[in-house]
Amino acid sequence: MSTMAVPTTELAANRRDIRPGRIITWTLLLIGGVLMVTPLLYMFSTSLKSAGQVYDLRLIPAQPTLDNYIEVLSDGRFLRWFVNSTLVAAAVTLSNVFFDSLVGYTLAKFKFRGRYFIFLAILSTLMIPTEMLVIPWYLMSSQLGWLDTYWGIMFPGMMTAFGTFLMKQFFETVPDDFLEAARVDGLNEFTIWWKIAMPMVTPAISALAIFTFLGNWTAFFWPLIVTTSRELYTLPVGLSSFAVEQSIQWEMIMTGAALATIPTLIVFLVLQRYIVRGVMLAGLKG
Amino acid sequence: MTSVATQPGPAPDAGLWDRLSIRTKRVLWAWAFLTVPIIFYAGIRFYPTFQAFWLSLTDWDLLRPASFIGLDNYKTLFSDPLFWRVFRNTFAYLIIGTPASLVIAFVVAYYLDRVRFMHGFIRALYFLPFLTTAAAMAWVWRWFYQPVPIGVINGFLQTVGLPAQPFLRSVDQALPAIMVTAIWAGLGFQIIIFMAGLRAIPTTYYEAARIDGLGEWAILRKITLPLLKPTTVFLVVFSSIGFLRIFDQVYNMTTNDPGGPLNSTKPLVLMIYQTAFSSYDMGYAAAQTVVLFTILLVVSLMQLWVLRNRA
Repeated sequence: MSTMAVPTTELAANRRDIRPGRIITWTLLLIGGVLMVTPLLYMFSTSLKSAGQVYDLRLIPAQPTLDNYIEVLSDGRFLRWFVNSTLVAAAVTLSNVFFDSLVGYTLAKFKFRGRYFIFLAILSTLMIPTEMLVIPWYLMSSQLGWLDTYWGIMFPGMMTAFGTFLMKQFFETVPDDFLEAARVDGLNEFTIWWKIAMPMVTPAISALAIFTFLGNWTAFFWPLIVTTSRELYTLPVGLSSFAVEQSIQWEMIMTGAALATIPTLIVFLVLQRYIVRGVMLAGLKG
Repeated sequence: MTSVATQPGPAPDAGLWDRLSIRTKRVLWAWAFLTVPIIFYAGIRFYPTFQAFWLSLTDWDLLRPASFIGLDNYKTLFSDPLFWRVFRNTFAYLIIGTPASLVIAFVVAYYLDRVRFMHGFIRALYFLPFLTTAAAMAWVWRWFYQPVPIGVINGFLQTVGLPAQPFLRSVDQALPAIMVTAIWAGLGFQIIIFMAGLRAIPTTYYEAARIDGLGEWAILRKITLPLLKPTTVFLVVFSSIGFLRIFDQVYNMTTNDPGGPLNSTKPLVLMIYQTAFSSYDMGYAAAQTVVLFTILLVVSLMQLWVLRNRA
């Protein structure tokens, strides 16, 4: 606690009164937090148990074993699904970082007739739920041969109105003087955007990249519709089909669920600060 | 043009480009930047939107070409008892899920904001579930809800001497059980957003209120909640949309009888999925998506209107 002088004795007394209450509050918050991660703890715990130990509901496995992981990973399915999810999420993220920024920048920094119309048109797509578009997308994909392809999984998310809006908000804070100076130096507009403006909004770009990646990595609805062959499933869709197959072998299902969760947990541990800040940024601007 | 063509250096089009004013050049750059995005939004967002409306007026089923049948799909839908069951379920997710999750999130955020000791660790505990894959976690919760001796929750109830509950096997308990999973998954996001909102309130307001002798409760009611309103409005609309579109949890927790038992957990999106991709009744499914769109629009606008006017 700070050693800041408290102006009135009344306040000081007040603060001392709160002390026991604070300890109770802290304890309750901690218990609540532990309850929040209990499903994750049990998932990992059961993934380390053999089939015979599943009915033993103690959190710490009596004889922990990695056999389930070896068995689930042995036929290479999960690895393939992991690669699929990662590839798709990475490509969609790159596309969003490029195009959402480019459009956001153009709408924030160029003056031309129709600018406001374009902005409103893009923003209006936020009102359209994905569910309404999947049937036309499915029709389009079947006509163009995109069903059951990587491109088929990716194409609907290549640009988003939310990302464009977020980037526009941030590009508006970039001073025009910098861009003007670059123009005087004879740089073309593309180079000015890419080399001068983009580096000035890196917090926004990292927030956009993290969300797009996680959102697409965990996406379920559209990949479930557009993929039919096992080899092209993303990890969530693959896990779901795997779990149905296993029926009541809960230790195997928990192992699959753990494999689908571990990568996002690693991403979180590494990027925690950026993620929390990004959620705050996105929430406040959006 | 001849003077340009006879010049040895730059190509003719470069000459044309050089003659444009700086203003015109910038406008051309802007439209060049927007070309691919305009094609994308037109082809992947706007055209499909209109197509969904159009398909909802047809009997298209993937096999025969679509033929116009007017409002028949809507008539069928509104006279289908299953639709009204699904409609009720969807709103049950919304009406219970949104207030419950926001109250919990606010209480946690309000107290967590004052905690200094191990703040980051406790915050991470609450936030972690938000980053998990909904499809994977649905299976973990499904396992939690199993009867004894498998399910963790019933195992716990047995230990403390309470009767076992059927959860996902019961017509009455299945929907709340799935809702708990959805609330759990979204809580971390709401807590972080509430905390950002709380941080944005200038401390001078609190100091002034304390000097005026206001108690904690009065400060909460007169300062914190009114100033937090933009955050609350955002979260109400955002989480309502989430609950109205619930799918991943329901689909994965009821795979043996999707939306069951007896359709008691089926939300509109699952009905759309089944109509379109199990029955291939595309026109009928398109009509359901138009209804979903209308519900989302009306609910969001109503919430914005009510919450804006209550200041």
